[in-house]
Amino acid sequence: MADLSAEFVGIKSPNPFWLASAPPTDKEYNVRRAFEAGWGGVVWKTLGEEGPPVVNVNGPRYGAIWGADRRLLGLNNIELITDRPLEVNLREIKAVKRDYPDRALVVSLMVPCEEAAWKAILPHVEDTGADGIELNFGCPHGMAERGMGSAVGQVPEYIEMVTRWCKQNTRMPVIVKLTPNITNILYPAEAAKRGGADAVSLINTINSITSVDLDAMSPEPMIDGKGTHGGYCGPAVKPIALNMVAEIARNPETYGLPISGIGGITTWRDAAEFLTLGAGNVQVCTAAMTYGFRVVQEMASGLSEWMDEKGYSSISDFAGRAVPNVTDWQYLNLNYVTKAKIDQDACIQCGRCYAACEDTSHQAIAMNEGRVFEVKDDECVACNLCVNVCPVEDCITMVRVPGGQMDERTGQTVPDEYGNWTTHPNNPSARAAE
Amino acid sequence: MANSHLTPGVVSGRLKAEAYHDNFSDKEPPFDAHEAAVAADRCYFCYDAPCVTACPTSIDIPMFIREIQTGKPEAAAKTIFEQNILGGMCARVCPTEQLCEEVCVREVAEGKPVEIGRLQRFATDTVMSKGAHPFTRAPSTGKQIAVVGAGPAGLACAHRLAMKGNDVVLYDARQKPGGLNEYGIAAYKTVDDFAQKEVEWLTQIGGITIETGKALGRELTLEALRDQYDAVFLGIGLTGVNALRTEGEDKSHVHDAVDFIAALRQSGDLGKVAVGRDVVVIGGGMTAVDAAVQSKLLGAEHVTMVYRRDRDHMSASEHEQDHAASKGVRIITGAAPLRIVGNGAVQAIEFAYTKETAEGLTLTNETFRLRADQVFKAIGQSLEGTPEGLQLSGRKIAVNGQGRTNLDGVWAGGDCAIGGNDLTVTAVAEGRDAAEDIHASLMR
Ligand SMILES: Cc1cc2nc3c(=O)[nH]c(=O)nc-3n(C[C@H](O)[C@H](O)[C@H](O)COP(=O)(O)OP(=O)(O)OC[C@H]3O[C@@H](n4cnc5c(N)ncnc54)[C@H](O)[C@@H]3O)c2cc1C
Ligand SMILES: Cc1cc2nc3c(=O)[nH]c(=O)nc-3n(C[C@H](O)[C@H](O)[C@H](O)COP(=O)(O)O)c2cc1C
Ligand code: SF4
Repeated sequence: MADLSAEFVGIKSPNPFWLASAPPTDKEYNVRRAFEAGWGGVVWKTLGEEGPPVVNVNGPRYGAIWGADRRLLGLNNIELITDRPLEVNLREIKAVKRDYPDRALVVSLMVPCEEAAWKAILPHVEDTGADGIELNFGCPHGMAERGMGSAVGQVPEYIEMVTRWCKQNTRMPVIVKLTPNITNILYPAEAAKRGGADAVSLINTINSITSVDLDAMSPEPMIDGKGTHGGYCGPAVKPIALNMVAEIARNPETYGLPISGIGGITTWRDAAEFLTLGAGNVQVCTAAMTYGFRVVQEMASGLSEWMDEKGYSSISDFAGRAVPNVTDWQYLNLNYVTKAKIDQDACIQCGRCYAACEDTSHQAIAMNEGRVFEVKDDECVACNLCVNVCPVEDCITMVRVPGGQMDERTGQTVPDEYGNWTTHPNNPSARAAE
Repeated sequence: MANSHLTPGVVSGRLKAEAYHDNFSDKEPPFDAHEAAVAADRCYFCYDAPCVTACPTSIDIPMFIREIQTGKPEAAAKTIFEQNILGGMCARVCPTEQLCEEVCVREVAEGKPVEIGRLQRFATDTVMSKGAHPFTRAPSTGKQIAVVGAGPAGLACAHRLAMKGNDVVLYDARQKPGGLNEYGIAAYKTVDDFAQKEVEWLTQIGGITIETGKALGRELTLEALRDQYDAVFLGIGLTGVNALRTEGEDKSHVHDAVDFIAALRQSGDLGKVAVGRDVVVIGGGMTAVDAAVQSKLLGAEHVTMVYRRDRDHMSASEHEQDHAASKGVRIITGAAPLRIVGNGAVQAIEFAYTKETAEGLTLTNETFRLRADQVFKAIGQSLEGTPEGLQLSGRKIAVNGQGRTNLDGVWAGGDCAIGGNDLTVTAVAEGRDAAEDIHASLMR
C-alpha cells in the first residue's frame, strides 16, 4: 500500500490533500468534520486584523457555470475574508490544532500593507500552535479595493516586502498565495522567493463574471440589480493553474521552491497531475463545496491505487516527474507524426468527429456507407480535435507513424531523428543543428 | 351487487370508479422541467443524426433537444411543429422504440436511448398548454382545397395548405375530427381529450373550415369536389375491416376491435363500457394489443391475444408486447381460429396451431379451446368505398412520392394510400408533403 503522507515546508500531514482557505475552513465545526472525513490539512479561512470584522454581502455571493447534467464546472464568488471576529477564529484554531496534532493547520492572513499590522497579528497566530501561515495576496474582489489581496499580489515589490516582514517576525513557515490575475506568474513567484518565502501556493481565484441576468441586465451574482466581478475557481480553472504551477516549477529562478498546488482539483487524478508538475501538496476548495468533505476519500483511494499500480511507494517517488517534460513550443519534435484512428468496434456512430473535422478542421474524416467514419491519412494533420469531441473515451486514438514510413499527407518520409523548429528550414532564424 | 372481474358475461362496471381513472391515466406521464433537463443533456447532437432519418417527418431532433437544453422549449416546439404539426400527438403515440429511439446512438452504445418521445412531448406541451400557435398564415392565394378525412394525414395537409395562404375545407364522415387520434388510439396514450384540443389548436392557423358528418360517397362525390375546388386531398384512412371468415363469426359479442376501441374512446364514462370476463383478441398488431390491454384495464378477468404466426412476425413492437404482458394479457402465437362456439352468444373459440411451410401457413391437427364471452377481431383494416376512377395499387390508393393519384388535381396520403407504414407520424408526413406539392402545383 502506497504511503500518502506528505511533508510540505516541514509541515507533516497524513495525505497531501488540504482544504484551501475558504468557507470550508471558516470555523471549528467545519474543520473538525473535514478532519474526521480524512483531509490531511487545512488552510484556515483568511483572517484579517483585530477590530470589527469585514462584512459580506447579504445577497447571493456565488455564480456558476455548468456542464451536461448540471455538473458544476466553474464557480465564482464575491466573498471576502472571514467575517468572524479574530479572537473567535484564533480560539477555535487553537482548539482544533490541539485535538488534531497530526493534521496540517496553516493560517491564512491578510492585513493592511504595513509592517505594524503584520507584526501585530503574527504572535497571535503563533500562540495557536498553528503549523504555518499563508499570505493571501490573491483575493481579487473587495479586499483588493482596500489595498490588500490581489492589490498586493499584483505588485512584486510589495510581495517581497511583506514576505520579508513576515519572515523576520515569525518562526513559522511562510507560504505566499499568488493571484493568477497577472500577466506572468513568474514575477510574483520570484518576488516571494526573494522575500524569503518558504513556499508559494497557487492559484487564487480569477477575475470573472460568470453570467448576466438577461432580465435585470446585471452580472451575476446580482445584488439588488448590480453585480461585480468575482473570483473564479473549480474544474474550469485547473488548466490555468496547472500551467502556472509548471512555469514556476521549471523556471531556473524559482526552481526548487516548494509549491502548494490549487485550482480546480476535483479528483485523485487532478491531484496527481499537480504533484507531477511540481506541487508538493494540493489544496482543494470547490470540489469540497460541491460534493462535501467525503470527496477526499475518493482522492486518497484513487491516488493510492494509482501509486500501487505504478510502483510508487511515496509521493516523492513521482512528485515533479513531469516537470522536465514541460518545454517550449520551439523544442517540440516536428518529426513526431501521428494520425487519428477510429476504433470501429467502439464507435457509436454519432458523427461528431466528422462534423468537427469537416466543418472546422481538415476534412480528414470520411463518412462512408452505413455511418462508418474513417480517417483519411492523407488529410489528417493529427490535431486531436476528433479525439476531444468524441463522446466515447479511447474510441479515437492517435497512432504514431514510425520513422522511415511515409506521411501520406505530405508525401514525405517521416525522419527517424528528432527535429524541431529551431533548425527547421522554414524558420528564418534557424540555427544549424549542432 | 356490483359487478367485478368475476361477473360472468359481458358487463360494465367491473371496477370501482377510481380504478378506471388510475388504469386509463397517462401511460407515460409527462416530464417535469427537471426531468426534461436531465434527459436532454444526454443527447450528443449527432451529425446527420440517425434519429432524424428514422423519423418519418424528419424532425430535427438534435436541434430541438439542444433548444430544450438551453432553456427554450418554445423554440424546440417550433422546430418540431415545422416538420410535424401533430408533433404533440406523435410524442404520445409514436412507437419510438421502432423509430427515432431505436437508432439513437445511445441505444446502440448503452441500450438506453435519449428519451426523444417524452422530450418532444415536453416541448410541444409547453407551447400547446399556453394555447399559443407558433405560425402565421401567408397572404391569401385565393385557392380553395378540399381535404377529405380529418385524421392525421388530412389535418397535416390542411394545416400546411392553410399556412401557405390557401383556404381549406376539411370534410369528415364522422361526428368529430381527428380520425383515429380520436377514435382509435389507446385511451391511455392520449388522455384529457387531447385529440380534440390538438385539432382546435392546429386550426388556429386560420383558413380551415371543418365540416363533419360529410362523407365521400354519401354527401360528397369526388367529381363534384374536383369541380368545386382547385385541388382535392384524400386522407380517408382504412375504414373497412378484414373479415375472419371463421365459422360462428356472427355470434353475438364477437366484434371488430376498432369498433370496441372507438366506443371506448367515445364513452365519456368508462364505467359504462361493457367487457367480458374472458376476452379473446385475434390478431397481432397495434389494434390487437390496444383492444386486449384496454379490456384488461376495464376489468376483464382473462384476456388472451392469439396471433397466427410467430412473435417475430407480430407487427406490434416488442415494447408493446411487453406492455400488454405487464398488464396481464396472455399472448399466444402460432395459432389460428377454427370455429367460434356458442349458443347465440360466443362461449369459446377453438384454435389450431399453425406451422410455416413452403406453401405458407398451414394448420396442424393440434387444437385447443379458449373460453370466451367476448371476442375482438383485429386482423387488419382495409380501404373502403374508393371513389371511382382512382387507381389502386394492391389494396390502397396508388400515389407517387408527392401523393399524386392518377386523377388530375387529386392527391392522397395516410393509411389509405400506398407507401409507408400505417402510423400516425407517417400519415402526417404524407399529408404535409402532399400539401407542399399541391401548393407548388397551384402556384405554377
Ligand atoms: C386501434 C388503433 C391503434 C393505433 N395506435 C397507433 C399508435 O399508437 N401509434 C401510431 O403511430 N399509430 C397507431 N395507429 C395507426 C394510426 O392511427 C393511423 O396510421 C393513422 O391514424 C392514419 O391516419 P390517416 O389520417 O391516414 O387516417 P385516419 O386516422 O383513419 O383518418 C381518416 C379519417 O377519414 C375519415 N373518412 C374515412 N372515409 C371517409 C369518407 N368516405 N368520407 C369522409 N371522411 C372519411 C374518417 O372518419 C377519419 O376521420 C393505430 C390504429 C388503430 C386502428
Ligand atoms: C467562496 C470562496 C471564498 C474564498 N475565500 C478565500 C480566502 O478567504 N482566502 C484565500 O486565500 N482564498 C480564498 N478562496 C480561494 C480558494 O482558496 C482557492 O484558491 C480557489 O477557490 C481555487 O481552488 P478550487 O478550484 O479548488 O476552488 C475562496 C474561494 C471561494 C470559492
Ligand atoms: S486529428 Fe484533426 S485532422 Fe485528423 S482526423 Fe481528427 S480532427 Fe481531423
